[in-house]
Parts: sequence; C-alpha cells; structure tokens
Amino acid sequence: MLKKKSLKLDIDWINNIRVNLSAVERRTSTLTKRRTVKKEYQVAWLLRSISLLDLTTLEGDDTLGKVEKLCAKGLSPISSEILNKLNIPYGTIHVGAICVYHDLVAHAKKILNGKLPIAVVSTGFPAGLSSFNTRKNEIVNSIKDGADEIDIVINRSLVLRNEWNKLYNEIRDFKHIAKGKKLKAILGVGDLGTLRNVAKSSLVAMMAGADFIKTSTGKEKTNANLNNSLVMMRMIREFYENTGKKIGFKPAGGISTAKDVLNYLMLMYEELGKAWIDPELFRIGASRLLIDIERQLYHYALGRYATSDKIAIS
Amino acid sequence: MSKIIKDFKNIKYGPAPEDSSEVIEWISKLPSPNFHFINGKWQKPLSKKNLYSINPATNKKLFKLSVGSKSDIDRAVKAAKIAFPLWSNKKPFERSRYLYSLARLIQKHSRFLSVLETIDNGKPIRETRDIDIPLVARHFYYHAGWCEKLENQSNKSIGVIGQIIPWNFPLLMLSWKIAPAIACGNTVVLKPAEFTSLTALFFAELCQKANIPNGVVNIVTGDGSTGEKLVNHKLVNKIAFTGSTAVGKKIISSTSNTNKKLTMELGGKSPFIVYEDADLDSAVEGVVDAIWFNQGQVCCAGSRLLVQESIEKKFIKKLKNRMEKLRVGNPLDKSVDIGAIVAPVQLKKIDKLVKQGVKDGANLWQPSWSCPSEGLFYPPTLFTNVAPASLISQVEIFGPVLTTLTFRTPSESVSLANNTPYGLAASLWTENINLAMDIAPKINSGVVWVNSTNLFDASCGFGGYKESGFGREGGEEGIRAYVKNDLPVRKILNYKIKKSSIKLPRIDRTPKLYIGGKQKRPDGGYSFPVFDINNKNFICDVSRSNRKDVRDCVEMASKIKEKKITNFNRSQILYYIAENLERREKNFVDLIVALRGVPASLARNVFSLSCERIFYYAAMADKFEGQIHNPPMRGLTMALKERIGVIAIILNDHDPLLSLVTCMGAAFSTGNAQIIIPGEKTSLLATELYQVLDTSDVPGGYINILTAKEGELNQTLSKHENVDGIWYFGGLGQERTDIIKNSISNIKRCWCPDDKRIDWTNSKGSFLKEFLHQSTQVKNIWIPYGE
Repeated sequence: MLKKKSLKLDIDWINNIRVNLSAVERRTSTLTKRRTVKKEYQVAWLLRSISLLDLTTLEGDDTLGKVEKLCAKGLSPISSEILNKLNIPYGTIHVGAICVYHDLVAHAKKILNGKLPIAVVSTGFPAGLSSFNTRKNEIVNSIKDGADEIDIVINRSLVLRNEWNKLYNEIRDFKHIAKGKKLKAILGVGDLGTLRNVAKSSLVAMMAGADFIKTSTGKEKTNANLNNSLVMMRMIREFYENTGKKIGFKPAGGISTAKDVLNYLMLMYEELGKAWIDPELFRIGASRLLIDIERQLYHYALGRYATSDKIAIS
Repeated sequence: MSKIIKDFKNIKYGPAPEDSSEVIEWISKLPSPNFHFINGKWQKPLSKKNLYSINPATNKKLFKLSVGSKSDIDRAVKAAKIAFPLWSNKKPFERSRYLYSLARLIQKHSRFLSVLETIDNGKPIRETRDIDIPLVARHFYYHAGWCEKLENQSNKSIGVIGQIIPWNFPLLMLSWKIAPAIACGNTVVLKPAEFTSLTALFFAELCQKANIPNGVVNIVTGDGSTGEKLVNHKLVNKIAFTGSTAVGKKIISSTSNTNKKLTMELGGKSPFIVYEDADLDSAVEGVVDAIWFNQGQVCCAGSRLLVQESIEKKFIKKLKNRMEKLRVGNPLDKSVDIGAIVAPVQLKKIDKLVKQGVKDGANLWQPSWSCPSEGLFYPPTLFTNVAPASLISQVEIFGPVLTTLTFRTPSESVSLANNTPYGLAASLWTENINLAMDIAPKINSGVVWVNSTNLFDASCGFGGYKESGFGREGGEEGIRAYVKNDLPVRKILNYKIKKSSIKLPRIDRTPKLYIGGKQKRPDGGYSFPVFDINNKNFICDVSRSNRKDVRDCVEMASKIKEKKITNFNRSQILYYIAENLERREKNFVDLIVALRGVPASLARNVFSLSCERIFYYAAMADKFEGQIHNPPMRGLTMALKERIGVIAIILNDHDPLLSLVTCMGAAFSTGNAQIIIPGEKTSLLATELYQVLDTSDVPGGYINILTAKEGELNQTLSKHENVDGIWYFGGLGQERTDIIKNSISNIKRCWCPDDKRIDWTNSKGSFLKEFLHQSTQVKNIWIPYGE
C-alpha cells in the first residue's frame, strides 16, 4: 500500500504556475494525430485499459442489484467468446476497481470478497459543500464498511478564492483520516474556471498527500477532457521531478469510447511514461466505456462488428 | 496467441503504416522520364538530361526525372505568354470558379496527395495529412475569394510569372505560388525542386480536371540549370523564388539588368525565445514543432533556442526528456514524428555541420535510441554551450539540429535574436502580454509567433526581413506581389530659359551637406559648380560628398533605429515642414525656374503641389496602418507595417522639388531614416530645403542630404550594409544594374523603377501610396489567446 506523507504547502511554487491554453490545446489536438495503435497492438492497449478502469455507478437509482451486476462485469469484463478467440485465459482480466456510493460499499464488499478493490466517493460528493465534520465522518464510515479507496471531492470555492492554505489543510485532514487507504482527490475541474486553477489545485492536493488526483465527479458540466488531463499530468510530472513522489491520475466523466480511452493512454504514455500505465498510478473512471472497448475487441477477434445485444451490460 | 496481446501489460507502439499501393501504382505509370505539363498537355521533354528521384525513407530510386532544358522552358513560357491576355481579361468570377475547382479537387484527393508527398519528400504522413495538404486547399479557397475582391480595385496583372519552389514543402509552396498568381490574372511557369516533383505532376492532372485554360499553369521539372533558364527567359515578367539565400542572391544578380519583378523567400536562422514566465511544458512542445517539424528542413525553423538563464537548467532537462519520446522512422507510419532527410547530400551537410559544432566545443546531446539504418535518417540533436560566434549558431543547418544560448534580460534576448543576417521568423514564449507586445516589434523578422510556432495561413503574410528576402506570400500583402504597381510616366519636356531674367543673390551661398541634423562641410573639401538650365550662368558651388561623408551619414541615420518617434509626432513635423516651406515660395520658385527653365507659373504650381504632397504624407503618418488578419484559430494576427530602416534615395534632375518631397515625405511619414542624393544639377533645391528642415524640428538623423556629382555615391551607398533600402530613379541602365548587384550583400530592399520619366505630379492614391508601401515591410505577429 502506498504510504505518502503530506508535504509542506509551498505557496511560491503554486504562484509560479503558468498554463497557456492555446498551447495546451495544440498539444492535445496534435498528439491524438501523432500516435495511433493498430491491430494486435490496439488489442493490447485496450486490454491494458480495462485493468485501469474504475468501473463506476453513481446514480440516484443505484440498488443492490445494480451493484451486483457491476461487480460481475468488473470481475469478467470480456465475454468468454472473445477471450477464447484472443486466446486469453478466462479470469486473467479484470477492471482496476469498482466505484460506488457509500451505501453500496458493504454489499459490494460481500460480493467481491477482496477480489477487486472498492472505491467510494466521499466527503460530500459531488459538491463538497457539506459540513466538514460530515465529510470527515463519511470517510470513517466507508472505511468501516470495507472501502479500499476513497475518492474525496474538494471544496471548489477554496480554489476560486485562492485559499490554498484552507484547501491544503482540508485535504491533509482527509488524508490523515483515510489511514493509508488510497486517497483520490477530485478537483471538479469543470468548476475551476481556468486551467491555471486546475494546475494549482493539482499541486495543492499532491502537497497535502493525495495519492491520486482526479478530474471530476462526472456531475459537472465539463468533466475530463484531454486539455485538463494534460495539465494535471504535467503537474504530476513536475511534482515527481521536484519531490521524487509518484502520484496517480484519474480522469473521469464522459470517457465512453475505445478511441477516447486510447487517447488518454497515449497522452499518459507520452507525458508521464510507461511506468504510469499501471493501476497503481492510473485509473479511468467510467461506466459505459467498457461496452465500447468490448465491441472493438469483438471486432478484432471475430472480424465483424457486434450488435449491442451481444455485449453484456453491467 | 499473439505475443503482443499476451504481453498486454507492457504496451508499446506497433507499426501503423499508411497504405500506399494506389500511389505507387500511379508513380509506376508515369512516363520515364516524366513529361512536362505545357499548354494544358503532357509534352515529351526536348532535353535528354535526366536525374533519378529517390524515396528518402528507403534511399532507393523512385522515378526518372526529366531535367528541363532551355527549349522546354521556352515552350512553356511561350504558352504562358499566349494564354496571358485571355486569362487576365477573364471576369474575376470566372477565374474564381477555376480556383474553387482546384481547392475542391485537392480536398477530394487529399489522402493521395499526402501519401505521394510523403513518399517523395520523406516527411511524416502526419504532417502532409494534417498540415501541408489542408493548407494547400486553404490557399486555393482563400485566393479564389481574392479574384472577386480584386474586381473593384485598379490592380492589373503582371504577365508571365516564373516560379521556382523548394523541396521542403513541395505542394504547399506550389500553392503559395500558383494560387495568388493566377487569381490575379497572371499565367505561370513553375519549376518544382529536383528532389520533389511528384505532387506538382499530380497537381497538373488536377488542372486538367479543373479545365484550367491551356497555358495558364505550366510545369517544367528540372534542377538548378532549368531554373536558371526560367529566370533568364526574356518573356518572363516576374520571378517568385523560395529557396536558399545563396541562390536568391544569384537570381537578384542575374535579373538586375532587366525590369523583372522579384519575390524572394529565402533562408533563416530563427530564434525561439523562452522567458522565465512562460508555460515551460508548452514551450517544450513549441520547440518540437519549431525544429523537429519536417526534420528541421524549414526556412522558418526555430533553430536557435534562446532561454532565460534563470530557467535554463530546468528547461533543458524537460527538453531532453521530451526528445527521448520523439519517434524517428518510416514517414508513412502514422505514429512517426520525424521522417527522412530529403536527400543524401542534405544528410551529409547536416552531419558535417554537427561534427563542426562538436569540434568547436559545443555540447552535443541526442536521445538514447537510434535511427533506422536504412534510409536517410538523422536523430533530433541539441547543442548546449554554444558560442554565438560559432558556425552552428550562425549558418542555416536545415536539419533537426537545435542550438542553445542563454540571456539574462529581455533586451539581451532581442540583441541575440537580431544577431543574424537573417530575419524570417521568431517565436517567443511568455505569459506576460506586456513583454510579448514589447518584444515582438523589436525583433527584425517578417513573422513573430507569440506562444506558438510554425503557424501558417493563406490570410496572413509570410516573408522575411534582411537576408531572408522580400515580398510576402499570403494575405493582402501577398496579393501586392502579383499585381502591377508601375508608376505613372509622362514625357520629359526640355526647357530653356529664353532670356536669363533671374536675379541671383549677390551674397555667395554656401550649401553644405546635411548630416544628422547638422550642416557639415564635405570631408574631402571639394565642391562642384551648379549652373542654370542654359548651362551659362554659374549659380554657386555645391559640396561634393565622398565615401567618408556617406559613412558618417549612414552612421547618424542608423542611430535612429534605437529611438522611435510617434506617428503623431512625425505627422506634426511634416505639417510644420509644409508650413515653413510655403513661406519660402519665392526662393524655391526662382530656383526651379533657374535650374529647370520652366515658366514661373508652372514653377509656382509645382511648388504648391509640393506643399500639398507634404500635407498628404503628414496625414498618412497616422493613417497608413496595419491590418488584423483573422486566420481560422482563436487568436489574431497583427500585420504591422514597419519601417525599412535606413533608406538611400537617389533622385535625378527631373521634377526635382516634387520628387524630393514625395520621397522624403513618404519615407519620413513611415519612420525611416533617409539619405537623399538629389540630382547633380538640381542639388541646390535640396540644400535650400535643409534650411526648412532645420526650422521644422526634424530630429537629427532622420533626413540627411548629400550632394554629389551624378552617380558618384551610388557604389558606396549601395554597398553599405547599414543601408537597408535603396531607391533609384535613374531608370534602366548600367548604373541601376550596378546598384542592384551591390545591394545583394545584405539584400537591400531595392526600388529601382525601370522608367525614369515618372509623372511626379500624379496625385492618385495608388501612386502616392506606393511610396508608403516601399517605405515599409509587413510583419505578421501571431497571437493565439485564451484562458
């Protein structure tokens, strides 16, 4: 398990951050055309991406039944027909984790029985504006119920008011309470206004001890995209260069096609390197994505496009 | 089970080749050697000379290229000449339709063209597909629109344009040349580069499909010898050249005794400046786009990295990490960043220069991986610890090689950036708009990219300052290069004074030189006499300047480059000159009558027109403005009209006062320093004028007057490398030829109209504005924005 301590808050570092939007856009728009993977390489990349998935359901109508289906899909994300064709032993591929609301953690724990980590969204998800005590208690309760990873939301108003100290203290406190569980700090990038704010809050979160920084809850108007992801990846790299600590990245929200996920993988591969293409450092929060990945694998394995009826839903 | 799939936890890039079978088939069906496209038909070469064109990715022969001879060129030029009247008289809407067809056809065959270009040139398919070919189509669309726009203007087509293009952007350069030329009603003979002719040949097929009238577009393949024939063909009215500065200079020289118009887009050694407050990660990507775009074989490549000392270590570290991730290899592979070098000779040149750099003590760094051994590949290369004086930081390497220098302050960055004979482009990176807007105008280059690099669009002018050439391609400024701007002429009347009735002043006059705002005696201590028009009555002796006076004068004039007076200031000064001039009407009218022999009434008219002319240029000082271009991006491009610098103006005796105030007014209005050499016989008018200048608050150094015997200073002035522009109004002849040839060493902006009988009394806007255009050069500053 990762054991990262919080660092001191370095305000100078934060204030020196510069992000040029047009140049960031140019990088992301050209990168996706500078790199591509075909045929069996694409299959390998897609299989790899499955192991990075935080297979997620975060809806108001989530029930025990829904979570059961989700867990089942997480354990065997690809149909045996495809696996057979690809010659991959059944059971060797599973998602990185499943991600649910607190209420469903205990049930998921019972089903999975340690076969997959359970991530829980916490601390006043999605807005992060509940009382501080409530938010802290959520972490305590979810750990009690069996959560392995805590996806906290930050209070975005602190970013908008540049109250870096308060933001830092808040995340550091959550980190302390999470007692060594993997802590993913959701920045809610769609609420932050500028990419500079995205970069600065990324840095604060990492200084405060977050193990992962995550783009968004999936509930904001703008969720993960290649631009805000690039900015966060670059901050992770800079943090690593300055401190030697490797922090993970989790884009979430709106990543729904195999093409999308390959773009994220390539961006990660180029900006942070192969070492980061690992469930310990890279997760992708998604709910519909797996279906499209499976369709692509189906096409490679069977040489035809699948009807959606043949792809098991979660 | 595939090993790749089994090993899915260890992902890597695999091959992703673009299919090239259709293109290979097309190449295999070409006649061997290829035919030329002349008069709308494929014509068998008359020459016997051939070359082999290679595929740089494999270094294997691709096809047999015909090297066009004098007779091939002659056929093509004649076809263009015959086609010209019909084409130039077509309704603009009609020409516009043809250009639109070409744009559409290019889009319809975009992938074919991308693959063909990549095979022929060696550049990655990513670039041809995403940059070259879309820009080619964009150029035809944009210029299709210009046909319509030109209808309401009084522009005239030039005639037959000879166009010679380089191998680094074969089809893109073709479109930059052909689209504006034919939009403006000209016909063209284009010679593609010997290494890369294939897309031009395919383009000819598209011309046939678009039913472009015969002879409007002619394409003759060949090497330098073919180009030379084109340059020297008598029926060619203009040469548009993109290529090396050395060849550009040769072309200027060999056309110097003709009235051919020229556009020269030449070499560069462009600075890429990173300030400490830049987004460094983005700036690193900028470097990649600057010097590892097209293997660094780009005239405007940001090949000199200037990085602020405070961030040097950090930046270089980031850059090296990034370089490790670059992928060099088969250019048809969709995941390749850097393709093959165009030809063995180019690869050798790069290698030699890099070795020289190492020998000179610079630190070489290349990524840990190695290039494919087959084919012409060279790894991305970074030099640090480079002395500004070393060869690699001065010459254009034209390869994937970056040199690095550090600077401490913004002003030092400007000095380093300008410390090169070239002036094509610059890229500067800072998040501080004050800094960016301060630096951009201070860099002597035709293009400045703020927080970006290597951006191109048909709506924005591209072209150089200094030895990077002259003329613009793209935008309204590019259109100027393809329309006639001949000056109006009229018959010169020879007057004689019937009865010498002029009462000359009794007290001796002592006209001196006017240098740096002061009256100076000539260095040599010699004078020459001035007589009246009948050559009988001696008026007085005038200072005879020599080489040293020119030297002093240029030195004073150059100093103004460090200062700037506002356009409002210049406007007020010109108004004031007019005011003070008018008070001396009698002096000037008497002088004009004496020196030119015109009737007093005519002299008074000329005098009054001279005052009016100064008023015009006073007014234009703050009205001859730049433009904002709107390329398709979030951002804008400012096209600034910047002064040339120091302009030498060599007048003749024809219409002495009006020609003097016209040139002086325009050059001063736009902020230049000028050295005026009046006609020998009418020198007195100019020296009379400095009295006016002295009382009109003209800041010292802006307007200088040197008197001399005819032609005496031409050589010194035209050779002086601190003179940036030279205007010569003596018409065609050996003097003009020599001036143009002498100007080549620093590629002065030469404006030497071929007819000396200019009608200076013409008051049309097009005539008067021409002087403003000639006093300025357009700088395009690209400013993407967004937060």
